[in-house]
Amino acid sequence: MTYPAGTRVRVRAFDPDHHTRMPRYVRGQAGEVVASLGRWPLPDDSARGITPPRVQTCYAVRFSAADLWGSGDHTVTVDLWESYLDRA
Amino acid sequence: MTEHDDLPAAARTRQLEERLIAAGLTSDDEIDEFLTRLYANASPVNGALMAARAWTDPAFRELLLADGNAAAAVSGFSVPPPHEHGYQLRVVANTDQVHNVIVCTLCSCYPVSLLGPSPGWYKSFAYRSRTVREPRAVLAEFGVTLPDSVRISVWDSTSEARYMVLPARPAGTGGLEAGQLAALVTRSGLIGTALV
Repeated sequence: MTYPAGTRVRVRAFDPDHHTRMPRYVRGQAGEVVASLGRWPLPDDSARGITPPRVQTCYAVRFSAADLWGSGDHTVTVDLWESYLDRA
Repeated sequence: MTEHDDLPAAARTRQLEERLIAAGLTSDDEIDEFLTRLYANASPVNGALMAARAWTDPAFRELLLADGNAAAAVSGFSVPPPHEHGYQLRVVANTDQVHNVIVCTLCSCYPVSLLGPSPGWYKSFAYRSRTVREPRAVLAEFGVTLPDSVRISVWDSTSEARYMVLPARPAGTGGLEAGQLAALVTRSGLIGTALV
C-alpha cells in the first residue's frame, strides 16, 4: 500500500505494550499525507529485537490542531510508518 | 549551577550504560568514541551557513528544500543517511505566510551535526507537550509574536528524518556578505523559536 501526497489517512487505534513511534495524540486521528520519506525498518520491530524487522514506507502526515485538540489554527506534521495508517 | 553528573537523568543513563556493558553489548570506549564522533564538528554555525547560502543562491535553496543531505554534502558537511547511523535532513522554509517550528514529542530528536547540542528546553516536557498543542503561546514566550495571518506549522520528529527550519531573510540585509548573513542565524532560528 502506498499513499501519494494528498491522500487522507487515519492513524490506527492501537495501543501496543511495546515500543512504538506513533505518538498517542494522533491515535485514531485523520490527516493528509504531505510526503513519502523513504523505506525504513519499523522501530516497533527493531526495538524488540525482531530480525529482520519489517521495512516500511514512512510518511509525513499533517493534522489540523482543531482535529487533534478541538481548538487552534496550526497544523502538526508527524512522521508515521505505513502500518500505523489506513486510508481514511 | 548544578553539576551535570548530579542530574537524575545522568544517573539513569549511566545505569543503563553499565547494564549494556555488563551484557557485553557495548563498552565505555565504544560509547566515548560514538559521542566524540557525534559532537566533533557539531555546531549551529553549520546550519547557519547553509541557511545564509540559501538566501543568496536560488539553486542551493532549491536543493536544500528538496534533498537536505545533498545540500549538506555540497556545503562540506557530512550527514550520512539513516541506514549509516545518520538521518534524513528535511528543511522547511519560513515565508510571510507560514512559520515552522520543530519539536520531538517522543524524546529530543534534532539534527545535532548541523545545530550543535540541543538546548535544555528542547528536551523539557513543557516544550515537547506544549509546542504541538499551543505553539503560538510557546513562541510568544520566546519573544516571537506572529501576525494572525501567519500560519504555524509544527513538525514532530518521530522518525529517522530530522527537521531544520530555514528562516526568512531579514529585511535590510541586502548589503551583507555571506559570512555576515550567516552570523545573523541562530540555533533558535533553525529550530523555529526565533525569527532568525
